[in-house]
Amino acid sequence: MSLTVIKSRIGREIIRDRVAITSNYAAAYAAKDAEVDVVAAYPITPQTPAVEKMAEFIANGELSAEYIPVESEHSALSALIGASAAGARVFTATSSQGLLYMFELLYIASGLRLPIVMGLATRAVSAPISIHGDYQDFAATRDSGWVIMIASSAQEVYDSIIMAYRIAEDNRVLLPVMVSYDGFLMSHTTEPVELYDADTIRGFAPKRLNRPILDSSKPITMGAMAVPEWYYEIKYQLIEAMHNSMGVIREVHDAFNRTFSRNYRLVEGYMLDDADYAVIAYGGIWGNVKRAVNEARKRGIKAGALRLRLFRPFPTDELIEMISDMKTVAVIDRAVSPGAAIEGPVAMEVATALHSRGLSTPVVSVVHGLGQRTVYSRDVAKLIKIINDSQPWDLTKSTMYMGVREYGNEG
Amino acid sequence: MAMKVKLAKSFFDITREEYLAPGHTACPACGALLTARLVLKAAGPDVIVVNPTGCLEVTTTIYPYTAWGVPYIHVAFENAGAVASGIEAAIKSLNKNGSLKRNTKVLVIAGDGGTYDIGLQALSGMLERGHGVLYVLYDNEAYMNTGIQRSGGTPKFARTTTMPAGTVIRGKIEKKKDIMSIVMAHHIPYAATANVAFPIDLVNKVRKALSYLNEGPAFIHVLAPCPPGWGFSDEKMIEIARLATETGYFPLYEWDRDRLIINPPSDMYMDKRLRKSLREFVKAQSRWSHVTDEEIKGLEKDIDDFLNYLWRLSMGSGVPTPYA
Repeated sequence: MSLTVIKSRIGREIIRDRVAITSNYAAAYAAKDAEVDVVAAYPITPQTPAVEKMAEFIANGELSAEYIPVESEHSALSALIGASAAGARVFTATSSQGLLYMFELLYIASGLRLPIVMGLATRAVSAPISIHGDYQDFAATRDSGWVIMIASSAQEVYDSIIMAYRIAEDNRVLLPVMVSYDGFLMSHTTEPVELYDADTIRGFAPKRLNRPILDSSKPITMGAMAVPEWYYEIKYQLIEAMHNSMGVIREVHDAFNRTFSRNYRLVEGYMLDDADYAVIAYGGIWGNVKRAVNEARKRGIKAGALRLRLFRPFPTDELIEMISDMKTVAVIDRAVSPGAAIEGPVAMEVATALHSRGLSTPVVSVVHGLGQRTVYSRDVAKLIKIINDSQPWDLTKSTMYMGVREYGNEG
Repeated sequence: MAMKVKLAKSFFDITREEYLAPGHTACPACGALLTARLVLKAAGPDVIVVNPTGCLEVTTTIYPYTAWGVPYIHVAFENAGAVASGIEAAIKSLNKNGSLKRNTKVLVIAGDGGTYDIGLQALSGMLERGHGVLYVLYDNEAYMNTGIQRSGGTPKFARTTTMPAGTVIRGKIEKKKDIMSIVMAHHIPYAATANVAFPIDLVNKVRKALSYLNEGPAFIHVLAPCPPGWGFSDEKMIEIARLATETGYFPLYEWDRDRLIINPPSDMYMDKRLRKSLREFVKAQSRWSHVTDEEIKGLEKDIDDFLNYLWRLSMGSGVPTPYA
């Protein structure tokens, strides 16, 4: 971020303030600036500070909203489904077991086509119980019909949630949106965040009630029972909405970049122009991956890196455009699908995307960082070296597990 | 200070307007649907109904049809209390922020499975947070939608498909859960029991409960007999429901700001001599067809114990408090 760009934004009064906050707080600030009406809150590490901050905003009168301190995550999402159905703009955040406890409601929220926005501080799933961050919970939400974004910095969490409201409430979409960020790695790391001017945000993501809501002057029945004659068609409308959301997300990104002088893309590349190998990553390890790429370049290996900002709908076109001429692609996953042909969930998506476009680029699936095992940039550099030194089709045979101590090797 | 409630004295004081359309797919003489119909008549059109999964939902909302003339939402089985909390909060918040002003009441109509068992946590959370929601429980004493399985609301010795009356185990061996005491323990402004056989009483209790909603939640426990589930013929539904109260099996009482009031006609049936014999009620239903006279005596003793418990609570309610 160059100083001139910052100066121009200050000059145009887009920036209200520049503060040092964690991603959790960034999520709360974004929800506050989007002027939500109802917040449901249930504590779970590492998400808790987000709803604590919301409570503080409401307690201090900085935000006029109803705060529901529910008795479980299940009720948190249930309450939001109710509130959203009654026409409110809503927010909550969760993690790990909390997300899994909400699981049936994820499908109901998308099936009822409610524009709910939720922050997800990703965390490992029990057992063994771990409060630390990986992406196992996030990977489980794949088929739920939510639009799922992944942020890599506190600023991006703030920006993504503002975008999320506009995407969710767009009439062509009307789907819930999840904005995920690394538990602890991001949720508890303080970073500088620029907060935008409230009027500009209001103009960017205005509250419109042009969707069916529960209103006694115009009664509707929500959550009706569909027999086999109808279920498929109703489900298909959701699928179409997900297809439409791709275009809407692109539009919203462009509008956001114009309004706030940012440069967000669905898939972000780093040194890809002349690269032979691309390392695909997502979330908070992006900085380490970039550093590893720099080191590889120093050693003369033509490596590049790529970051996913969107998991659902999967940005196939953008991704293919960037990696179609690579020799090998490696995907670093921090979640695992034990027993799958490709055990990294996102690696599976990338391989599928390539295959669907008739490309046979080898995809190396790497799992690292489960339960917040630290992903050092030297690990990524080592990965690039391994890819450079071996035959790609040997590496794709099985998923590579990095950072795990082997049995009997206490090193 | 409660608002003045216009109480109904006869059927002429209950609106003829129907908010639950005929043509739904419920069984004939369904207690649950009658409950919903009466509750909506009492509450009027300015309500939002939340309904967890159950008979009521699957019989009234088969797409592309709906029987509901009021806004209605069904989400899942165990979260009616939470959904209602959210709707109530949304109405409050939107009124406060001025984007959509309305005075709509939030109403939950839930079955016994979604209240006694799987929905208890969401209900307790709703009551504890004090949302202004009226929660109506239609109690048909088992999971009827899935085909008569035992629930926490199933009475002792009743035969269900998951607790059949075998040679060793005689139907359900545990007592019915006392949901009213659980609700009363949250010290909400108003809770009451009602019975579909006493419609005027039911309608008045709904009206009264709605007038308390600005103070907090209200709860009404309605006995809603289920002909196929209990095992009696359709035309006897109201008769059997009335018998439930006349035998003391299902007493009518109110919990009004921490005072327990036993309503007529149950106040009369506190006297054992005036009660009808429980045998009449039990033997009219096939779910208890295996029950011996000795077991009926045991059931009668349980009823006596419960009515004594209520009696003591109601006696204490009239006594001046030591710390005023």
